[in-house]
Amino acid sequence: MTPVKEQFEIPSKMKTWSMVLIAIGVISFILGLITKGVSNNAEDKAVFLGTLMYNTIFWMLICNASMFFICATTLAMGGWSTVIRRVPEAISTLVPVFGTITLLILIYVVVIDHNILVYPWLDKATVEKDEILKGKSGFLNPGFFLVWTILAIGLWSLLGYRMRKLSSETDEGPMDYDTGKQFTWRNTVTASLFIVWFALTVASTVPWFWMMSLDPHWYSTMYSWYTFASSFVSGMSLISLWVIYLKNKGYLEYANEEHLHDIGKFMFAFSIFWTYLWFSQYMLIWYGNIPEETVYFKHRVEGAYKGIFFMNIIINFVCPLLILMKRAVKRNYTLMTFMAVLIIFGHWIDFYQMVMGSIRKDDATLTWFDFGIASLFIGLMIHFTGRALAKKPLTPKYHPFLKESIIHHT
Amino acid sequence: MAKKKFVVASFDDEKVLFPAVKKVRLSGYKIHDVYTPYPVHGLDHALGLRETSLHTAGFIYGISGTTIALGGMGWVFTTDWPLNIGGKPHFPLPAFIPITFETTVLLSAVGMVLTFCYLCQLAPFVKKHHFSLRATDDLFVMVIECTSKTNVDDLQSFLSNAGAVDVNVQEAEAGWWLGTYDKDQVLLKEQPAV
Repeated sequence: MTPVKEQFEIPSKMKTWSMVLIAIGVISFILGLITKGVSNNAEDKAVFLGTLMYNTIFWMLICNASMFFICATTLAMGGWSTVIRRVPEAISTLVPVFGTITLLILIYVVVIDHNILVYPWLDKATVEKDEILKGKSGFLNPGFFLVWTILAIGLWSLLGYRMRKLSSETDEGPMDYDTGKQFTWRNTVTASLFIVWFALTVASTVPWFWMMSLDPHWYSTMYSWYTFASSFVSGMSLISLWVIYLKNKGYLEYANEEHLHDIGKFMFAFSIFWTYLWFSQYMLIWYGNIPEETVYFKHRVEGAYKGIFFMNIIINFVCPLLILMKRAVKRNYTLMTFMAVLIIFGHWIDFYQMVMGSIRKDDATLTWFDFGIASLFIGLMIHFTGRALAKKPLTPKYHPFLKESIIHHT
Repeated sequence: MAKKKFVVASFDDEKVLFPAVKKVRLSGYKIHDVYTPYPVHGLDHALGLRETSLHTAGFIYGISGTTIALGGMGWVFTTDWPLNIGGKPHFPLPAFIPITFETTVLLSAVGMVLTFCYLCQLAPFVKKHHFSLRATDDLFVMVIECTSKTNVDDLQSFLSNAGAVDVNVQEAEAGWWLGTYDKDQVLLKEQPAV
């Protein structure tokens, strides 16, 4: 038996792959910039910006979901995830990176380009004439939008950094009873701050600002939770992919199918939760049948987005429901990998129709540009997560909950 | 119904119980059941019990619920008595989903409870034999079924050596109230009285 490796070393194959993906992404970004980004056709430009927007928002939110997972398990005193804790920690180091990209793109859209095809509420003349937009203008204005976005991304990064720094203490040396208690308490404080801020941003305002305001007349109280569920279930899938990868490479000695089973339960449960929100949002609007509410669904259910809209339900609800239901599947590395990839793809498509469905209503074709930009973000994600994993030991050796996690049994 | 003979061993510690279960199984005795005050993690693995089929039953009940609700409402509103409700289509799927969901949950929940009672031989009119009342308080009670070949004295000393704090012999009806569960009567008739 080969000795267990404690310290992650980035394999050269992974380096090559992430570089190739980033290169593909950069090339398609440049090509997109030339063909769409600087074109005189306003619609092409909106499509270019929209593609960048839904990709950065999606990838940033699923990386942020990792930090949410850590904080939620910390608050719930959930010890089982301790042995795999370094994986979501490493993924969450991407929040500042992707956050900066998101911020730059949003600043470009709102301030520099002032793109009214993306955000119609940016146009002062329209807002003046429109009673509904006038009523919302206290909230939907560039100043509030940007300040809130900067605050959101900044505090996610800051509190995430604090959580990761606290976690480094568990590598230093054994803790006695009082130190351990104090450590748990400090973790709890930071985690609760993060959770509260998370509720004020991801679970409410940020999806309103970034995505719901693409259709400024339309509103839905389900929207933010829907976005959160989407990002959390893909975040759990991403964690499971990394855990399986590391396990296959001979790392994470204490993680076994018991821990994978619990991650699988999260993927299963939150797929159902996502569907619950999807359906609650859809059914009430379908039943009420009021024009100002159906405007969001009209072209998605009957128009160009019909295929993507219903494929979404099959990938994100029917497949997880039927495949992940069995206990044996959640403990099977191959099937879990397949389901994780499928769920991430499904929710990426979901974000695509949420954003592009409002910017470009008549055409739903996924082009090379969509996949190119996605590959840029996947490449960055692999590169930075690998680097973050290599910085620390993979097992928090002196964590107070480590034993609970090792003997974890579902 | 026929009575069977059981050797009942009580343990006061999980750490003693697990090796004892292993030893008893290795020696070829048949463990009838282990009664514990609370669910003990890993005991089902130690006992070598097969995975329950309760969830498969639950899935089947759930699917039946879905089918009954969708089929029933679909038939009523399209074929039997079509009504025009607010100009909605006659088969408005979104409006049917909540009821379908409720029926699915109802059937699977009720069905699983009843199946669970059947599997555990529980019903209002069934009187269960308690091997040791302290199994609901502070003792882990292992019950071993005796066959014609079992040497009861040997078994008792074997269990005492394995760490049991109390060993005794009891006769009890192990069966099921309809008598379908306990067909093993031949063995008992051959067994000499002790």
